[in-house]
Amino acid sequence: MNAPNKSGWKPVAPVSDAGAFGGPPTSTGNRALMLEEPLIFDIGTAGTTGVDLPQADPAEPNRLGAFARKAPINLPGLSEPETVRHYTRLSRQNYAIDLGLFPLGSCTMKHNPRLNEKVARMPGFADLHPLAPATTTQGALAVIYELAEWLKTLTGMPAVAMSPKAGAHGELCGVLAIRAALTARGDARRVILCPESAHGTNPATAAFAGYEVEDIPANADGRVDFEALKARLGPDVAAVMITNPNTCGLFERDFKRIADAVHEAGALVYCDGANFNAIVGRVRPGDLGVDAMHINLHKTFSTPHGGGGPGSGPVVFSEALAPFAPLPFVEKLADGTFHLVEEETAGEHHAQSFGRMTAFHGQMGMFTRALTYILSHGADGLRQVAEDAVLNANYVLRSLEDVLDAPFADAGPCMHEALFSDSGFGGGLSTLDLAKGLIDEGFHPMTVYFPLVVHGAMLVEPTETESKASLDQFIAALRSVAERARAGDESLKQAPYYAPRRRLDETAAARKPVLAWNDPNLT
Amino acid sequence: MRYLPLTHTDRRAMLDVIGAPDVDALFVDVPQEARLAGPIEGLPHHASELAVERHMRSLAARNTAAGDVPFFLGAGAYRHHIPASVDHIIQRGEFLTAYTPYQPEIAQGTLQMLFEFQTQVARLYGCAVANASMYDGSTACWEAVSMAARVTKKRRAVLSGGLHPHYVKVVETMAKFTGDEIAGNALKLEPGCDENVLIAQIDADTSCVVVQYPDILGRLPDLARIAEAAKAHKALLIAVNTEPVALGACVSPGEMGADIVVGEGQALGVGLQFGGPYLGLFAVRDPKHVRQMPGRLCGETVDAEGRRGFVLTLSTREQHIRREKATSNICTNSGLCALAFSVHMTLLGEQGLRMLAAENHRLACRAAARLAALPGVRVLNDSFFNEFTVVLDGYDAREVVRALAEQQVLAGVSLGRLYPDQQTLAEGLIIAVTETTTEDDIEALASSLAGVLA
Repeated sequence: MNAPNKSGWKPVAPVSDAGAFGGPPTSTGNRALMLEEPLIFDIGTAGTTGVDLPQADPAEPNRLGAFARKAPINLPGLSEPETVRHYTRLSRQNYAIDLGLFPLGSCTMKHNPRLNEKVARMPGFADLHPLAPATTTQGALAVIYELAEWLKTLTGMPAVAMSPKAGAHGELCGVLAIRAALTARGDARRVILCPESAHGTNPATAAFAGYEVEDIPANADGRVDFEALKARLGPDVAAVMITNPNTCGLFERDFKRIADAVHEAGALVYCDGANFNAIVGRVRPGDLGVDAMHINLHKTFSTPHGGGGPGSGPVVFSEALAPFAPLPFVEKLADGTFHLVEEETAGEHHAQSFGRMTAFHGQMGMFTRALTYILSHGADGLRQVAEDAVLNANYVLRSLEDVLDAPFADAGPCMHEALFSDSGFGGGLSTLDLAKGLIDEGFHPMTVYFPLVVHGAMLVEPTETESKASLDQFIAALRSVAERARAGDESLKQAPYYAPRRRLDETAAARKPVLAWNDPNLT
Repeated sequence: MRYLPLTHTDRRAMLDVIGAPDVDALFVDVPQEARLAGPIEGLPHHASELAVERHMRSLAARNTAAGDVPFFLGAGAYRHHIPASVDHIIQRGEFLTAYTPYQPEIAQGTLQMLFEFQTQVARLYGCAVANASMYDGSTACWEAVSMAARVTKKRRAVLSGGLHPHYVKVVETMAKFTGDEIAGNALKLEPGCDENVLIAQIDADTSCVVVQYPDILGRLPDLARIAEAAKAHKALLIAVNTEPVALGACVSPGEMGADIVVGEGQALGVGLQFGGPYLGLFAVRDPKHVRQMPGRLCGETVDAEGRRGFVLTLSTREQHIRREKATSNICTNSGLCALAFSVHMTLLGEQGLRMLAAENHRLACRAAARLAALPGVRVLNDSFFNEFTVVLDGYDAREVVRALAEQQVLAGVSLGRLYPDQQTLAEGLIIAVTETTTEDDIEALASSLAGVLA
């Protein structure tokens, strides 16, 4: 079980007997530094507060009319020390990049530089109102403009919409621009084609934008089946949505050919840019015939994931789609000042904009972080990002392909993520069991059961911010769990043993949802 | 490069394990003509932490931070004091650098926080269930309209004239593509809201009525009356709130019969941030509507040892399971902003929120009284919480705002800024007052405004 991997690294810590801590139970349920924490509703009271505010004077005038609140809200409060302790204890029940390698495929969990946090908190950025007069926000508009220029240059695309709030919102922005462009030329195409391996957001977005969705099959080497796609193109197809590099971690070799065929058939090309980290600085999507692509700033440009957002999803556009981009956006005037183009001024030179996607100008707090990240790396550093991300993924792939089935490994290198399947597992063990076993080894599992085109898929994206030593530790841990899975080690079925919680009953959670504290259960 | 740990020796050793001569060999699937030979030309190369910070600081210095001047802007984004511990907690790496809690055994911190957050939001809104957040108030508003169509199987939404104009634009933009019918109403500079107009517009085809509370001018519409009329036509009332602190002083929309309550949660914990990231709040009054909700939901369950734990649940509504049949395409939401909101709300508690709301209202009443005493200034509202509208007789409020900005007073949001094509609104100026506003600020606004209007 402690077999060294190819690099020769060997774990030094002993592997515990599965299933037991070896000591007696504790009266608190705590296990030394692993601390149980009640809900704020268990410990807080309506009369406790962690802020000092003046007591309300009932003699003050009241302009609430008939709407003064009478009933209690029932919000528990905690003092500041209790609050800090509550959330600190909760935080320790989370895995995070700061704690270790976080190999979620397609999620790009890389280190979040702390300079970015510092910059985003500068009062000139953080304490700025979105509707403040433009004369008082020139620096903020400059940030948006400067970041937009970088994104256009890095992708080789002529235009960018900065306001989308996350990747899926960016996809929606791209698809709406496609629909607006087609509508403008009187073309009522109804179908969008998505590969089977696409992120779920792609078909959901296409449907949300009013399109019918059809699958494109994959070929045997994990890529879009070009002939099948070409055969399906026709006057009813509005666009194809393709992720490149794709969700099998492979570069779509035929992308340019696909784009040419799609354009020839009068349709447009949407590229899901979730995996841009693999090619940033080395390949410009604009050179491949892309019409629209969203960029997840929270992936490639390292704005923190925050336990599920906020993200940010600017969308770059080709010349064909640029006129339809949403409002608002930032323009640089001849005198060097910056100007926000909104509904008011759009009519003059941006009359074809499809509209507005959000109340204000986008995720400014993410823009400052992403620009800081980009300036720190520069053109040379970003290129190195892609190289190291791809190198790390291939190192993982080649270090584990003898114990884990790698369905596309024979065909050549992967890009920034390595894909494995559950083929060869014994004793009825599944990908889920392996993932939970990896938790006990101190690692966050990889993306599991995605993409759907591979049975029991495991998608490993180490990112460029892992050292070789860190990769070697991960490889050794994954190797040991993979060997147990192949040997049919029954104990994996109950893993994890050492996490703050054992496996959680998700079926019960869905059957009888309890979605708020002390609320009647739904039936 | 300080963020890249691999050394040249590491890279060489790893390439040997892979069996590749060099890193270019790993990009073999990229067509030769699409491969860039070196760093993209014309762009700067990597820079030190010191150099980057200096550059960003110089850009920040070109902005006027709200805290540096008398400041009265609101209209959907509010400046409140954020306790220091909020930012400390959201910067803990275990929250900041975690992913969406897909592996619940090692994400209980985020999940328990979300469960607490959902409960806080539901109670604040007077609803049964809130989700784990949306992008912001405006997108939550559209998602509510979209949900109402699914629930009622009707496609006509009636929008109040008091709904934030940018929210209206977002709804109209989306409806243009989905085919939903939007019956909008013009905003009028009147002391009261448009309840009667809305009630008259509700018909058998109406899926929902969307009403902001307090509205864009700071007025408080009577949601109960509209709810009754909506119910009679099997339409849903969607209440939109952009200032959650108001609900510490005012009856909640759920209590008045709103079916879906959505809003912007930025005012608590998140800060102004020039418009984002913000925090979309989304709640339903009747639990039977839960399965039509968009976005993530966190639920309570037990683990294999019977201990309480939390998981993301009812995900069969969501895109990663349902793909094109999902209730929404949303994936990433605003987790860290939800944490900031929840920590701030926990620090406040019932008592703190009520005191905070009372202090906001006291100062807003003070400001309204002071401004009403100026010649040529009229306070429009019958009712308000911490934001009200003044009418500057004979003046374009946009010009007044610009003139005051030159005197280092950020006076509020002119209606001309929000409704550039509506001349009848040009005299309107929306003024927000919070606990961060001082008596000196109010005096500075009053005296500089008097100077400009003189």
